[in-house]
Amino acid sequence: MKTKSQKRWSLVANIVLSVSSFLALMPFLLLIIASFTDEEVAMTDGYTYFPAKWSLAAYDYIVGQAAMIGRAYGMTIITTLIGTSAGIVITALFAYMLAQRKLPGRKLLNFYVVFTMLFNGGLVPTYIMYVGTFHVKNTIWGLIIPNMLINGFMIMLVRNYFENSIPEELYEAARIDGASEYYNFFHIALPLSVPILATVGLMTGIAYWNDWQNGLYYLDDKGKHLYTIQNILNNINTNIAFLASNATAGVNLADLPTTTVRMAIAVVGILPILIIYPFFQKYFAKGLTMGAVKG
Amino acid sequence: MERKRKKTGGSGSFLHWLPFYLMGLPGIIYLFINNYLPLAGLQIAFKNFNYGKGMWKSSWAGFKNFKFLFKTNDALIMIRNTLCYNVVWILLGMVVGVTAAILINEVLSKTAKKFYQTIILLPYLMSMVVIAYLAYAYLSPTSGLFTKIIENITGTAPAFYQESKWWPFILTFINQWRGIGFGMILYLSSILGIDPAYYEAARLDGASKWQQHKLITIPLLKPTIIMLFILNLGQIFRSDFGLFYQVPMNQGKLFSVTQTIDTYVYRALLQLNDVGMSSAASFIQSVVGFLFIVTANKIVSKLDENSALF
Repeated sequence: MKTKSQKRWSLVANIVLSVSSFLALMPFLLLIIASFTDEEVAMTDGYTYFPAKWSLAAYDYIVGQAAMIGRAYGMTIITTLIGTSAGIVITALFAYMLAQRKLPGRKLLNFYVVFTMLFNGGLVPTYIMYVGTFHVKNTIWGLIIPNMLINGFMIMLVRNYFENSIPEELYEAARIDGASEYYNFFHIALPLSVPILATVGLMTGIAYWNDWQNGLYYLDDKGKHLYTIQNILNNINTNIAFLASNATAGVNLADLPTTTVRMAIAVVGILPILIIYPFFQKYFAKGLTMGAVKG
Repeated sequence: MERKRKKTGGSGSFLHWLPFYLMGLPGIIYLFINNYLPLAGLQIAFKNFNYGKGMWKSSWAGFKNFKFLFKTNDALIMIRNTLCYNVVWILLGMVVGVTAAILINEVLSKTAKKFYQTIILLPYLMSMVVIAYLAYAYLSPTSGLFTKIIENITGTAPAFYQESKWWPFILTFINQWRGIGFGMILYLSSILGIDPAYYEAARLDGASKWQQHKLITIPLLKPTIIMLFILNLGQIFRSDFGLFYQVPMNQGKLFSVTQTIDTYVYRALLQLNDVGMSSAASFIQSVVGFLFIVTANKIVSKLDENSALF
């Protein structure tokens, strides 16, 4: 039996959270409607929830520019796939090593990871090193490697899981049967830690999909062919002329439905996330809470 | 699999551990390159850096870069902005997060609970570039929704991207709008850990819901609240580069309220090509930020060893 007070609180909570949900969604709705608004109307009336005239012109333009947008999409997918899979493998292997309680030098290696969470050289030395020593400027590696591949938090998260959720006896039994350490890792540790690795993969994947900073730092005018969707959005944001100068045919900036096209490109960029988000929401929430308060 | 564990491969021998070290090697190398090598570059802050000569051959400058940096107004502005926004947002985020967590826990329907959580967390999933577009839809000088509405009422269109007075509020709103879902699930996971027996006992004693939250939920959340508060304070010298760079569209007229250490370091390095000033600011951020984090962690480990980073 629910008491009266419980019902009253539930009602208040429902109202407040409905309003919050509404506020969370409204900007996305405006973005989507803006992308379907007629260019003229968008210019005179501005972006509104109830445009006087709807239009698909912005999407027509995008389809016409499929080469540029499609290529950027491809770049986003490639960097996300490479970065995420490499990141998971390296993180899991590293964490597996750290999880060996008797490993000589374990304390030192732990500190080696923790220190990276406390102190970093900052943008200037990192940038100068990656550009000057490793020549990642205007290469795909500039999008994948700097600051993104693995991080201390994730390593510690997976290490804790290996330590606490997989009984040492399983390995011992396998070892007695003659299994190598690699066998133990691939056939015992990995299958048993799918939940945590999925969470790490999800967080890393989102980070890659959303990343625009590496593109901002490590791609300049000569690296435009490597732009991801986020880099294109970033560029249009500060420089709407980017659309005209990078169009396949000689497009005049004045002819471009820029007011609505920028919104349409943003919609195209977030669509995949919006579609799959409800399905992985649970893991996303889990990953966030684990990352913030350990364990 | 064929390989039997040899007698010599006991837990003390190097050969026994070699496979593990090999597994860790890629990660060790990556962290070395990404996190340790740049530390050598901290010296750039004390040099007259020259791209042609490189880091090691550039001549020493002593504290010249720092002196120049603090002669400008920029240093004061960016440090003030970084600290002030952080303090206000940490406190606000705490209140909003705890409130939202308590409320969502009171929702009786499980489906509704899941629905709210999914929707409210959505903005946290978006990149700052996308959020800048969302803001632009409301604030655009020619076609923003708010711009048009205010123009219709007052007769003059506000130039959001030219007037700094709006931005402390805009940035604060966006920060909270984006972060509320995150704060909510964070505190919710703590609330769910509270033993229901406490509430049961309180109900039997006739405590109202309000009293239950005041006397049970909040006191039992206190350790989590304090912990997150201190951990956040540890990050007080860092700022969300995306929020301060993307959302105000990199507009110079807004720098007095949108410039933080991170945006300054970026602009000085890649837009003004002033490696000296940039590296000086970057150096200060690294070192002071480190002191903050270490202090915060010391305090946290005193309060609760399990929550500390080290």
